[in-house]
Amino acid sequence: MNVNPSGWRPDMGASEGGGETETFTGNRALMLEESLIFELGDTGTTGVDLEPKPSAATRLGGLERNRPIGLAGLTEPQTVRHYTRLSRQNYAIDLGLFPLGSCTMKHNPRLNEKVARMPGFADIHPLQPTDTVQGALALIEMLGEWLIKLTGMHSVAMSPKAGAHGELCGLLAIRAALEARGDAREVVLVPESAHGTNPATAAFVGYRVENIPANERGRVDLDALKSRLGPDVAAVMITNPNTCGLFEPDMAAISEAVHAAGGLVYCDGANFNAIVGRVRPGDLGIDAMHINLHKTFSTPHGGGGPGSGPVVFSEALTPFAPLPFVERQGDQFTLVEEESAGEHHGQSFGRMTAFHGQMGMFTRAMAYILSHGADGLRQVSEDAVLNANYILRSLEDVLDAPFGASGPCMHEALFSDKGFRDGLGTLDLAKGLIDEGFHPMTMYFPLVVHGAMLIEPTETESKAALDQFIGALRSVAERAKAGDQSLKAAPVHAPRRRLDETLAARKPVLVYKEPEQAEAAE
Amino acid sequence: MNTYFTKEHEWIRVEGDTATVGITDFAQAQLGDVVFVEVPSEGTQLQKGKEAAVVESVKAASDVYAPVSGEVVEGNQALVDDPALVNSAAEGDGWFFKLRLSDNSELNGLMGADEYKAFCDSQ
Repeated sequence: MNVNPSGWRPDMGASEGGGETETFTGNRALMLEESLIFELGDTGTTGVDLEPKPSAATRLGGLERNRPIGLAGLTEPQTVRHYTRLSRQNYAIDLGLFPLGSCTMKHNPRLNEKVARMPGFADIHPLQPTDTVQGALALIEMLGEWLIKLTGMHSVAMSPKAGAHGELCGLLAIRAALEARGDAREVVLVPESAHGTNPATAAFVGYRVENIPANERGRVDLDALKSRLGPDVAAVMITNPNTCGLFEPDMAAISEAVHAAGGLVYCDGANFNAIVGRVRPGDLGIDAMHINLHKTFSTPHGGGGPGSGPVVFSEALTPFAPLPFVERQGDQFTLVEEESAGEHHGQSFGRMTAFHGQMGMFTRAMAYILSHGADGLRQVSEDAVLNANYILRSLEDVLDAPFGASGPCMHEALFSDKGFRDGLGTLDLAKGLIDEGFHPMTMYFPLVVHGAMLIEPTETESKAALDQFIGALRSVAERAKAGDQSLKAAPVHAPRRRLDETLAARKPVLVYKEPEQAEAAE
Repeated sequence: MNTYFTKEHEWIRVEGDTATVGITDFAQAQLGDVVFVEVPSEGTQLQKGKEAAVVESVKAASDVYAPVSGEVVEGNQALVDDPALVNSAAEGDGWFFKLRLSDNSELNGLMGADEYKAFCDSQ
């Protein structure tokens, strides 16, 4: 095995006074140095014993590869060790508290995984005859019914594959509804406190995006919104709870004003987990909202996906919802497709995906919902809000909480870098938190707060875990406020010291090159 | 006075009927290391207060707004090639674009250097 032939190592930073000695291997006891997979393997090794290539005539017309692809070959044990070693340098929800804000769920019940692996759900194909997948279709329909009930809406499209895809689905339905009444509108209003994907989605659908400012309480400025409404405004996109972790109490009034001006209301439901069982978006006059199954009903975003973003619709938008969808006739479930949509769904704007959505996510969300029950789901949102407020109130004496005075937060607590001294900022605090053994919180978002730190503890963390996190954050924050310059060097205990994010963004190296080639390219 | 400032932290230096536009030193310090810049191409018609260019740092992506209306006569290609110019010389070589003013009276509502400094201190 050829370990790191180039001898190059990322800068590990100078040892700081601890009398550390360099090891022969670069390993530090159980923290193993690991080379790139290209450096580990060589083209003469293989993990599988393949049959010789059949000598059939090629049909590629001279386009066939004429030299080896050059991919490193590794044996199975080498491959397993490589990824296991890398995983030990990573941070994961199964290791500790994950304070990332605007990220929601950090819980992955093992029961979900058991259910999702059942062959009747896991080993089916979307092109199978529907009479052989009745159980899977029943599950999709049942989950859809739960989502409709929890949101108080009229219908649901299950196929969108993630939050932003759900936004696209909602806005396409809004555009179809406006076009159907011959009312072409040009503008979508997006408050400062909305998710960053909202303006991107509106622009993608062809609308011009205009900002609505936040008020001093971190909410949508209702007067500014009302004064901008008019015959050119197609829709307003509101994130509720918003990115400051605050509930928008004027939501019903906003919807009423938008509807009176002939527009429609889209709600970004990414933060729905804070209000499940407490608030029904349908009661607030919302026309379309996506639900991130992977954020609200387990199987976290932070776990790497995949996502699933079903969209619930008001009665007004229901005729324009996308295909396909599951329909129940007696005890039989069928899929309504273009050929079968006919008159009762002829106004659909089309389809979002080739097939029916993320089956693996549907099963996990359904397992989560059924194992919690209605009362359990309500407690989940209450605990999420309680945990965030515990963090907000425990740290507001040491960290500036810009909206702390406006009452409780929802599922995430927002702080600013006000009071940090001598050039120290949010980034330094985040790196200090890595040394304390925590993944950093969301930084510099939302933009309405200077040096924002957005912390979402999630509902599953115990008081003991929260207290340890609070203690660590308090300690690092006190160093930042005292101007402790050693924070500039953090992290000092991580497998890699502080990386040059600026260089990585300005000159990204995205393709591996052999050391000789890399040198030649310099 | 021929240099003006906006509340969105752009500066505009007027020479005759053309003007050079960039973001202020205060703005670059707030943004942090700039990693990407997009400038408008020659001939683009800009409207006062609307998006004219894009600046992206390690912290955030932001729009740069046109302080006044006019037609772009040049985008700063050197800045596109080396976005770090914004950090090293925000109010000099790190300019974004030059435009031909369509209405000089639009300059009236903008701030002078002293007024802009006071505005930043209040932020």
